[in-house]
Amino acid sequence: MTPPPPERPATPDGPDTLDGPESLDGPATPGGPDAADTPVASRTAAPVRSRGRSLAVAVAVLAISLTLGVMAGAAGLSPRAVALALADRLPFVSADSGLSPPDLALIFQLRVPRVLLAALVGGLLAIAGAGYQGVFRNPLADPYLLGAAAGAGLTVTLVVVFLGGNAGVAAVPVAAFAGAVGGVFLAYALGNTAGRGGGTATLVLAGVAVTSFLTAIQTFVQQLKVEELQRIYSWILGDVGGGGWEGLAMIAPYAAVSTVVMLLHGRLLDVLSVGDEEAVSLGLRAARVRFTVLLAASLATASAVAVSGLIAFVGIVVPHVVRRLAGWSYRVVLPLSFLGGAAFLVLADLVARLVLAPAELPIGVVTAFVGAPFFVAVLRMTKRVET
Amino acid sequence: MRRVRTAIAGMVLGTLGLAGCGQSSGSGSGTSATPVASGSAPAVGAFPVTVQAGNGSVTLTSRPGRIVSLSPTATEILYAIGAGGQVAAVDDQSDYPAEAPKTSLSGFKPNVEAIVAAKPDLVVLANDLEGVVKGLGKVGVPVLVEPAATKLDETYDQIRDLGAATGNADKAGQVADGIKGELDRLAAAAPKGKELTYYHELDTTPYAATSGTFIGQIYGLFGLKNIADAAPGAAGGYPKLSAEFIVKADPDLIFLADTKCCGQNAAALAGRPGWSGLSAIKDGHVVELDDDVASRWGPRVVDLAEAVSAAVQKAAG
Repeated sequence: MTPPPPERPATPDGPDTLDGPESLDGPATPGGPDAADTPVASRTAAPVRSRGRSLAVAVAVLAISLTLGVMAGAAGLSPRAVALALADRLPFVSADSGLSPPDLALIFQLRVPRVLLAALVGGLLAIAGAGYQGVFRNPLADPYLLGAAAGAGLTVTLVVVFLGGNAGVAAVPVAAFAGAVGGVFLAYALGNTAGRGGGTATLVLAGVAVTSFLTAIQTFVQQLKVEELQRIYSWILGDVGGGGWEGLAMIAPYAAVSTVVMLLHGRLLDVLSVGDEEAVSLGLRAARVRFTVLLAASLATASAVAVSGLIAFVGIVVPHVVRRLAGWSYRVVLPLSFLGGAAFLVLADLVARLVLAPAELPIGVVTAFVGAPFFVAVLRMTKRVET
Repeated sequence: MRRVRTAIAGMVLGTLGLAGCGQSSGSGSGTSATPVASGSAPAVGAFPVTVQAGNGSVTLTSRPGRIVSLSPTATEILYAIGAGGQVAAVDDQSDYPAEAPKTSLSGFKPNVEAIVAAKPDLVVLANDLEGVVKGLGKVGVPVLVEPAATKLDETYDQIRDLGAATGNADKAGQVADGIKGELDRLAAAAPKGKELTYYHELDTTPYAATSGTFIGQIYGLFGLKNIADAAPGAAGGYPKLSAEFIVKADPDLIFLADTKCCGQNAAALAGRPGWSGLSAIKDGHVVELDDDVASRWGPRVVDLAEAVSAAVQKAAG
């Protein structure tokens, strides 16, 4: 494996964008006065846009996606009735949608939580991908780089094979979460004992080793009970339809903490992107920043994996699309990746639900099949921008 | 259904090509053809005998006395037609009948050496995975591939095939006719005039079966209407349905074929988000099937049909 290519420095202005070394010890406040004033410039020909405007556009796109996601579905309820039913739930609003109680249960117990879960999972995977790319300074880094997917795959396989019955079904999210965290922990521990002082190349290689090792065990366990392979396979392809409000509530705390921690580290990742030595000379504790962001990104990944399986493509591509469209600073890339990933997965789930309705496609098929051409289109549209 | 799982298992293992070959030749003119035994109505012990199986015509020179079955359905058929005494070993999934000599042999990962070690004079399989038929052919062991039936007629044919191949043709003919008679009787007793809808669940994802599948045709005998048929053809015979569609369709009957794999039952269904209001759950019309009975195409289709019949009578009554 070749060492990860360094990413293009994200802070062309160098030290000028910093208040001074002392400000590096604590996380910078996003949206603080100077963040709002500093243009997200880069040496590339990307259009310079204000952070606020990009955020507003992303929020609008997400809002439209959520609306579409809630309006459409296999049950074929009229969008108007759904809109009225939703309005009825707002405080001080009373609207008669004319829907029966079962239809209302369908909207509020199945469709709304599904759309929200898709948004949360997409956001978490995308921001985690951005975090990993920042830490490893490698455009190919994705949330599953350090063994999260292999760890979750192994524990879910164990549960499906050895823990039968409804208990086994119910234990899958917890197992996936624990496995994802465990996989990353293993890779990190291995990388730290093998390499000296937080080198990222060693860590990536440790991730490769851990992934291969855990996958080997998973394959062995899997062939003990080949007839359950379909359940494992369908979990791997991903699904946001099964979690419901319960799934949302389960991962909300982890999602909130990890997202906030990553958002607070945008500025430090920018500094880190100029290189370790430079960052240290600016007073940054590179190893500590890397560890914190890795921890948060891994927690975000584990939360997403717990309720949705292994949805590919979102984590690696959304941050790149954001960079192409809105600039390189992690203070922009991180929040926009969250919003963009959320919108992307809501729309992907919508396609998965509608293309063969009332049957569904596995969402992982849609993210890659629709996402890859979209990514190529963005690359072409912005071809004057260097990657 | 196990067959779905197996098919995808094959895909994951990269062996679907082989499995598909065996199955396509079987569902064509192959296995379902009436057994071309030498002498069209072979008496017991009329060997040599030639049988048309999924892997072409197979000739047995004498009555097999050490049969190895790597297919749970074939095992059930062999015991039903009185060939149980000739069975030397069955695979790890063949759990019925209980007296079948279960071993660690696998039909999913067949190992030619392990099979040969059981000294078989006939091997019966459902899928030709990992070149097992070719391998056994090299050591001169006759093999019958009896792939998953797609129609009831294929079940009858497989029963007659195995009867001819094992020297139990008469008993096999009786078993096949008996199953057909039972199914006709149950179907005739089904209440007319009221079209009930149903949903057949294979796992909690939830995957369903359409009426075009083998199991769907059993429900069809009772005039039931399958909600999964609304799915377009591209979704296949076992589509993954939208949960909200099932809730909206509100089927009269729900049949669960994931009671063993996933511990599903009426209470578990009621606990799913948005499902508690379904009329099948409120009215007690959730039928907990045996996963295995609902996924095999052997003599126990009668048990399945009886369960369906009872549920239909209850729901219509």
